[in-house]
This record gives sequence, C-alpha cells and structure tokens, in this order.
Amino acid sequence: MQNTSRASTPERILTLLTSTIGQVLISVLVPLLTFVVLWRGFLFLRDSNAPKSIIALVAIIWGVGGVGLLYLIANWIVEQLPDKWTARLQPFVFVGPAVAILIWYLALPAFRTFWISLWNRNGTAFVFLQNYLDVFRDRGMLESFRNNLLWMIVGTTFSVGFGLLIAVLADRSKFERIAKSIIFMPMAISFVGAGIIWKFIYENRPPGEAQIGLLNAVVTALGGQPQAWVSLVQPWNNLFLIVIVVWLQTGFAMVLFSAALKGIPAELLEASRVDGANEFQVFFRIMVPYIQGTIITVTTTIVIFTLKIFDVVMVMTGAQYGTEVIATQFYRQYFSNRNFGYGSAIAIILLIAVIPVMIYNLREFREKEAF
Amino acid sequence: MFTNKRFTLISLLLILALILVACGGSGNNSNTGESSDTDSDTITGTPLEMAMQGAYRGTIVTMTGPFTDEDEVKFNASIAEFEAATGIDVQYTGTKEFETTISVRVDAGNAPDIADFPQPGLLANFVADGKVVDVSTFLDMNKLQANYNQSWLDMATMDGPNGPIMAGVWHRFNGKSLVWYPKAAFDAAGYQVPQTWDELIALMDEIVADGDTPWCIGIESGTATGWPATDWMEEFMLRTTSLENYDKWVAGELPFNSPEVINAAEKMSELWFNGDYVYGGRAGIVSTFFGDSPKPMFDNPPKCWLHKQGNFITSFFPEGLQPGVDYDFFYLPGIDPAYGKPFLVAGDIMAMFNDRPEVRAVMEYFSTGESVRAWLAAGGALSPHRDTNLDWYGDDVERGVAALAQQASSLRFDASDLMPGEVGSGSFWKGMTDYVSGSVDLPTAMREIDAAWPR
Amino acid sequence: MERKLGSAKRRKLVSDILLNGALTILCLLWALPTVGLFVSSFRTREDIFASGWWKVLPHRAYVTVETLDIPTGVTRDQVVEIAGVSGTFDEFRLGKTNSEGQQIIWVGNLRAGRIEIQEREWTTRSNFTLSNYEQVLAGKEYSYQRPDGSTQTVQGDNLTGAFLNSVAVAVPATIIPILIAAFAAYGFAWMNFTGRKFLFIMVVALLVVPLQIALVPILRDYQALKLNGTFLAVWLAHTGFGLPLATYLLYNYISGLPRDTLESAFIDGASHFTIFTRLILPLSVPALASFAIFQFLWVWNDYLVALIFIGEVREQEVLTMRLASIVGSRGADWHLLTAGAFISMLLPLIVFFGLQRYFVRGLLAGSVK
Repeated sequence: MQNTSRASTPERILTLLTSTIGQVLISVLVPLLTFVVLWRGFLFLRDSNAPKSIIALVAIIWGVGGVGLLYLIANWIVEQLPDKWTARLQPFVFVGPAVAILIWYLALPAFRTFWISLWNRNGTAFVFLQNYLDVFRDRGMLESFRNNLLWMIVGTTFSVGFGLLIAVLADRSKFERIAKSIIFMPMAISFVGAGIIWKFIYENRPPGEAQIGLLNAVVTALGGQPQAWVSLVQPWNNLFLIVIVVWLQTGFAMVLFSAALKGIPAELLEASRVDGANEFQVFFRIMVPYIQGTIITVTTTIVIFTLKIFDVVMVMTGAQYGTEVIATQFYRQYFSNRNFGYGSAIAIILLIAVIPVMIYNLREFREKEAF
Repeated sequence: MFTNKRFTLISLLLILALILVACGGSGNNSNTGESSDTDSDTITGTPLEMAMQGAYRGTIVTMTGPFTDEDEVKFNASIAEFEAATGIDVQYTGTKEFETTISVRVDAGNAPDIADFPQPGLLANFVADGKVVDVSTFLDMNKLQANYNQSWLDMATMDGPNGPIMAGVWHRFNGKSLVWYPKAAFDAAGYQVPQTWDELIALMDEIVADGDTPWCIGIESGTATGWPATDWMEEFMLRTTSLENYDKWVAGELPFNSPEVINAAEKMSELWFNGDYVYGGRAGIVSTFFGDSPKPMFDNPPKCWLHKQGNFITSFFPEGLQPGVDYDFFYLPGIDPAYGKPFLVAGDIMAMFNDRPEVRAVMEYFSTGESVRAWLAAGGALSPHRDTNLDWYGDDVERGVAALAQQASSLRFDASDLMPGEVGSGSFWKGMTDYVSGSVDLPTAMREIDAAWPR
Repeated sequence: MERKLGSAKRRKLVSDILLNGALTILCLLWALPTVGLFVSSFRTREDIFASGWWKVLPHRAYVTVETLDIPTGVTRDQVVEIAGVSGTFDEFRLGKTNSEGQQIIWVGNLRAGRIEIQEREWTTRSNFTLSNYEQVLAGKEYSYQRPDGSTQTVQGDNLTGAFLNSVAVAVPATIIPILIAAFAAYGFAWMNFTGRKFLFIMVVALLVVPLQIALVPILRDYQALKLNGTFLAVWLAHTGFGLPLATYLLYNYISGLPRDTLESAFIDGASHFTIFTRLILPLSVPALASFAIFQFLWVWNDYLVALIFIGEVREQEVLTMRLASIVGSRGADWHLLTAGAFISMLLPLIVFFGLQRYFVRGLLAGSVK
C-alpha cells in the first residue's frame, strides 16, 4: 500500500486527476455501457422475425441480465483497484446508474421546463416571471390550489390513517391474507376501470327512475332526492373524488406499513404486553416509534401523489364543475392549448410546492450516519 | 505505483471499449434510407395519378387520429381499395389521448405523416408553429375549388409563420342542427313534426301537458365535458343574430360578454333551465353522459321525445333500431325568419406533417369523395366533397341529412371547434358547465370565457 | 388464579371479536365497489343501464301481473277510475294501491302509455351472460354495410398478443428499476461520498416532476438513438419515471436496518458489494417485494408511456392500449369496460398473491442479536 503523502508532486497531481476522472468515468461509463449493449441487442431484436413469445422471453432475459451483469463487472473492476480507490469509487458504482438515469429522464427535462417557463407561449419572447404572475391571477388556478390543498390534507390523512389501521388490525387477525388482499385489490385496477366502478356508485338518474348508482339508491330508499354527486354538489364534489383516491391508495399505505410492522421484533411486542401495556399503549409506545421512518416515507409519497393527482379527476369530471387541480391545468395548457410557457410555469410551481416536504426529508436524512 | 498504473490501464481500456462500441453503433445506422426509387421518371401526373400507376408501391404512410373502434374499421374499409390499387400501406393508429400524443410526437420530431383533426382550432396551433405542410403546394387549387364549397376551403386556410397556408383537406363532416325523435312512438302518439320555432314550442308544451318532458340533454363527456352545451349555444347564436355576428364571434371580435351572445345564452336557458322541458332537469343535464342521454327516447313508452345532436349520435342509439322507422330527425327550426335556415356542421380535417410523394398521393385521395365512399355506406359520416353521390349513403336518414346540408341557406362550422384551443376546448366548455351547474351566473361565465382568449 | 386466567381469556376473546369485526367492516366497505364491477361484468348491456347491480340479489319489488290500455281523452287533472281505484293521472303515475295491495301505475304519458297492475314479490334480475368476456378476449365483431349493399363482418384482434406484450414490458420494467434503486438506496444509506446529500435531495425533488414534461425531450432522444418502438424504450422510460419512488422507498427500508449487523460484517472483512448482495438484499425482501408489486401495477396499468414510446408499432401494442381501443371512441361500452377491467386485474392480483408470502415476520430476528 503506497502512502500518498510520500509521493512526489507530479505523481500527486496525476493521482488527483485519475481520481476525479475515475469517479466521473465510473458513474458515466457503467450506465452508458449497459445502455449501449442493451441498445444493440434491441435493435437486433426489433428487426428479427421470431415468434412474439420468444422475442419477449429473450428481451426479458437480455434486459434484466444485462443490467445485473454490468453492476457485477463495474464492481469487479473497482475492486481490482487499490483499497483507497475502491473506497472512493465504489459509491459511484452503486448510485451512479440511478443518478445518470434520473438526470436523463427527469432532471434535465425539469430544467428544460424551467427555462421554457420564462418564455412566452411558443418561446419567441423572453418574459421572465410573467407566466408565474399570471398563474396567481387566474381564478381557475386559485381554485386548483384550493382543491389540491384539500386533496393533500384529506386524501393523505385518510389514506395513511386507514392504511395504518388496517395494517395493525390485519397483523393481529387470523384472516390477515384475505383482508390485505381485499384492501389491496383496488390498486390493481386501472384508473379507467376505477372510473367505471365509481360511476356505479355515483351515477345519478332523475327522481322516480331506477337508480343504478349505489349512493343514490341508498339515498332514495331512505326517502331523499337523488343527487349529482360529482358535479352539482359543489364544492363537496371534490370530497367524493377524494374518496376514490383513498380507496385506491390505502392499499399502498397498508402494504408498506404491514412490511414495516413485520420488522418489529416479536420479543419487543411480547415484552411490553407482558408488562401489562394495553393495545393502545403498545401501538403508540412501541409500534409508532418503531415504524416512524415508514410513516414519514408513506406520508411523503402520498402527499406528492395527491399533489400530482390527475387521472381520477380527468376520468370522473374532466376537471369540470370546480374540480380542477394543478396537474389538469398543466395538462390543458401544455397539450391542448400548446401554451408552453404558462404550462411549464405550472409544472415548476408543483416542484416549488414540494420544497417543505424535501426539507423535512433532508432533516431525517442528516440524522443517518453512513460508513 | 504498480496498482495505480493498473487503474489507469483499466480506465483507458474502458474508454477504448466505449469508443469501439459507439463507432460500431454509428457505422450500421446509415443503411435505413427509403427505398422508393422505382423508375418514377417514366410516370407523370398528380401525386394521386402517379400512385395509381404504382409509382409508390411498397411505401408506408403513417396516420393517427382520435377515432378508434368501429370508426377505425370503417376508415380501414374506406381506404382498402386505394391501398390495393396503389400498393401504399396506410397505417392508421387511433388513440384516445390524441391531443397529447400528437403534441408530443410533433414536438419531438416524430410526427405521423398525416393526422386527422376533429377540431380545426387545435390544428391551427400546429400551423402557427410552422409544423404543417401547405397542401396548396402540390394540390391543384382549381380542382379543390371545384370539389369543395368555398367555405370549407376558407376554414382550411390558417395562419402559418410565413402567412396563410392551406392547412389540410376536409375528409368528412357531421350535421349538427338536427333534432332526433323516436318516430314509431312519436307518430303513434299523434305528435307532429314542427316546421317553425313556434310549432316546436307548441309541441314542447303539448308534451308537457301530456305529462312528459320533451327534451333529453346530457353534457357529460369525460375530459371533454361541456361540448354539447357549446353546440346548443351555437345553434341559438345562428338563430338569434346575423351570420356576420356569428363569424365575428368565432374570430374573437364579438366578445361572449356582448348583448348578442348573452341574448342567445338567455334564450337557451329558457329551454334548458325549465324543469318541465328537460328530462332530469339541470342535474340530469350535467350528470348524464352525452351518449347515454338519448336512451330514454327509446324506452317503451318514451320518457323524452326530442334530442338535438349531430348525425353521429345514431351509433349511440340502442342496437337493432331501424333508421326511418324507429327514429328519424327534423331540422331544428329557425327562431327569426330574418336569419334564414342556417345549418351547423363540424368535421374532420386531414393535415400533413411529412412531405413525401406517397403522402401527397394519400392527401390528394382524401380530397376526393371516393375516399369516404365505404364510410358513407357503413354510416356515421357525411362527405363534404362535391363528387359524392347521394346514392352512396347507406340509409335514407343519412341521405336526408346530407340533402339538408346541401339545401341550407347557410352553412356554419362549429364555433368551438374553430376558436383557439384555449377557448374552444377550454374556457367555452368550462364556462358553459359552470353556468349550467349553477356555480357562476351568466355574466361571470361569459367574462371568464372571454378572459381565456389568447391576445 | 383460575378466575383471573378466565377473565384474561374472555378479554382476549372480546378483543378478537372487536378486531375482526372492525376489519370485516372495513373490508366490506373496500370490496363493495369491486363487487359491483364484478357482478356488472356478467350482465348484459341493457341490464347494466336498466337497474343497479345489487338487483341481482333477491329483493322485493313490484312485478307486473296485468297490463291495461290507458283511458283515452283524459285531461291531466281529471279524476278517472282504473281497476277499481280512482285518481288523477299524476297520482297514478306515482302509483296507487288498491284494496288487494296491488299497485296500479300509469307508465308513459297521457297519449302514449299503458296501465300496469303490479304485485309486490320476491324477484331477482339474474340475466347473466359471458358475452362481455367473449368480446373482450376474442375480439369484437364489427359488421357494416358495404357500398354494394352487402354486409361485411370484421373480427377485431384478440387479447393474446397484447397480453404477451404487456408481460414483456412489465416484468423487466419492474425488475430493472428495483435493481438499480436497491444499489442506489444502499449507496445513499450506508456509503459516504461527496454529493451524497445533494443527490438524495434530487431524488426526493424528482418525485414530484410530472412525467408529461419529459415526454418530448425523451422521445427526441429516442428518435436519435432509433429506440422508438423497442421494448427497451419503454423499460428505460418506466425505469426513469419509477426510480425516484423506488430509490426513496428502498432507502427508507435499507437505512432502517440495524447498524450493528453491517458493522459486524465489515469486521469480518466483507466488502460493500458482498454485504449488499449477501446481507442487505435478503434482508430487504419484504421491501423489495412490496415495491415490486407497486411498480408492476403502475407499469401494467400505464397507458400514456406505452402509447408515446411504442404507440406507432401495432405489433407491440400493450393490454391497456388494446382495451382502450375496444372500449372505443364511444366511451359508452360499460359492459365491455367492466369485463376488460377484470381481465387486466388478473395478473397483478396473481403477482400480489405470489409476493405476499414474503411479507413475513422474523426476517430480522436472526440477525438482530
């Protein structure tokens, strides 16, 4: 093992150079090499005439195997280096591919969007922050902000709450598997399918007709008037839409909470129960602190999900009747109106809205210590 | 230092490998050029004539549009003969997310050769960005003028970055000023088809007196909710004010907040918001899917008797109904005789994004009636071409609509489809649904529609 | 002593009942909408529009036993006598009950209608059909009239090809991002390097980026690389769009693993790579399995990404695209949508059941000592 401090100056510069170059190389080369190898294979596959099932199978093996192999090779190369280099470069073998892909697929497009947001509708004049000012003057946008806030607070609270409740209940029940499967089932349904399902709930027929929506059937059976739940009952119609997302997302929260609960050592729970703690105490004193990290993660994810909410609103109301949200506004401006400047500004506002969530997560991150 | 050298060596090897792979990659890419180099020198004529002589055999023309399912089958049927004769493979893929896909693909430089736009207003945005090929550069304008009513050509003329261009050719259209009724039950009940507005009102009151609601209306349409309301607005505009005002309104010179438009909206509200006139009342209007809304007409006995919609609505009617027997239509009468017999239409325009000889041939084909012949027979479309024959229509009802469109004192295009996307498929829909659902009053709704107009 | 044990037992029983009761209520609530969909998928198009799905259950309803013609020349507020009951049109329209408990109802209006005499009976609407599934699975049949007057019938594509394509898209688009994210998550959790904080924040921030903004630039890059229409194009796109969440969720789990476990492995001389593959991956199975389920679902149900990146190649159409075109521009084919939604749910549910056995307690039990 050489000691760098004893090396001469030119050697030290060379070391520094190779170190930086090496880091860059590893993080760029590994994904690039993966990509090129996969790419060549796929061009070949696309042009071949083999039966579909065989192509599919080969594609799967080629893709998954290729990625796995590249990690192995990259790591092997790095481990051949002196220990100091290994220590310096190995993290980049681990995070490099992810970072490179993220930059390509999301970070660069995000920067591009920011740049576009400073221009007018088709990029012919620089307008600086004008688009942002316009966003906050538009009644429709302000309505969207209100609705998104509602989505975030109500949607997240209930999804996380129900998810946690069901995970805890199911964990202690003999019917755990079946219960979890039922709660999970909505997640497996596409948004279009979910739209149809909820039409069978919210559908409105004129009074005196046979109601085919369950909610109105119940209401009329109790002697009430049928209502157009998702259109006329403003602003509560937003809540009826949020119910759909709670129904969809609780499964997500439940699966993650359930996995986390399984991580609590059984001895810990037993010990506190033997000590005479009741179930509520066990829940708040043992379970909640133990899975706190998961609670934060799940909440963050669902907050961001509700911030981006789009499909459900589009399918159910076409973002009409006062149910407009930020993502539908963005979509309409960007794709229907091709007002790229304004649309991009809306997308960037989404990014800004998530800053508090980021700060909170960063605080959590700082507390973690690495090797 | 030994290990250090090895490290440098590995780095070098990596770079070398990369360069090799990259070069190998670029070396193979050059042989994907087009292979349409048949001896085209010996064949001459317009693109279509050349194609018919087999000049473009083996070429592919890609197309996209919003229609899928049954319409896709009808479209494929209507181009099958052309494909067989020319050897050009027209590959159509329909998508429900047409607005997004066309926008993304055009901007990414991956545009289809031809796209079918149901809304000229949407196409105008692409024309303004200079993405669309001017068809007048290769189509004979005299032939176009001979085969289309001038107003169709005017509507196809849009502003590009270097002045106005001919943005596409009209392929088919829908008649909108039509009121559908359940003919069998209607005749049995002894109701009479109204010829004038007063007769229509009398019929409506008669139906009310008999204990039913005359109209069924629904404006729910997923992402496009509200458009049936804009159609109604346009009908009332055409019937309560002059054509000049209608054209000014479409062009954005007559604001929504002007007395003329407000008057039309109020006239419409008298019908729409009268609980006796509409099945299900306001709640029914806002929460009924437009395609389901005519269904109560075909209950036995009918629950409503009149439904205003374009002729495409017949494919939403319950299966097994006989056109002309179970259902028929009449022209929505004019309110003021001074404004004549205006007829509202909407249609699909084919626009071209890539300029290749075979694409030109397909575009030229679309400008002939032959290109919709099979579709006319199958039903669900009308032809804007003059060289179509009324005999080509599959049933008497559609033939009747086509004849009505020819006899109309004036033809006007769906205003919301012509207005810029911000209004036509944005604030106009939204403003009308907001107004109908009662979340804003009429002046506010109209002001907000105006505010969205791009200036 | 015995009494105390007895009361503890009873308490356990009560809490068990409460717990399972609450769980049952929640499960019923959650299952109800899906049950409606399931029942509807076996009903005919007409039935779906005519009555609520719950009417397939036995229920009491008025059933017509006799139909009469309407009296002619009646005005709206004239009192008439029908089947021994007198009332006005408006009253009959809502239904009037005669002495035998029968309901006499005027269906339709004054000119076109009929009188129905109904009795309250137990009834069901059990008019079940498999045709919705047939149409979705085997392809819809279209028949139309040709210019020469003959009728042409065309059989739409069946689902097999689209199903295989969906599998070929979804499996790698699930495994690849998880593999990449697991490496990255370990890197962020347990390795020190410059830019660690910055890169992690980037991951969290990118969670919120709507994927629509990336479509144009990515499609442009694909164009240059001639990637359009290949499976790789969609896998990479799903990898890119799924990575922030995958990394974030897996980071949360991997960073929560007990530090001492790793420390002792380091003392034994294991490298990061060995620890990752031999220790972390096996320990993270529940997290990997749960994310695998989500990613699989998202990819399976995705429509937009597939449409943009392989939409132009008909042969590589995925299930959601096939279903969207069956359901069609009409948007009114509810009966087909219900069947289609169920068919497309099957594989994700199988994946869920398959992976559920990894959510077990005690994976860490051996290692935490």
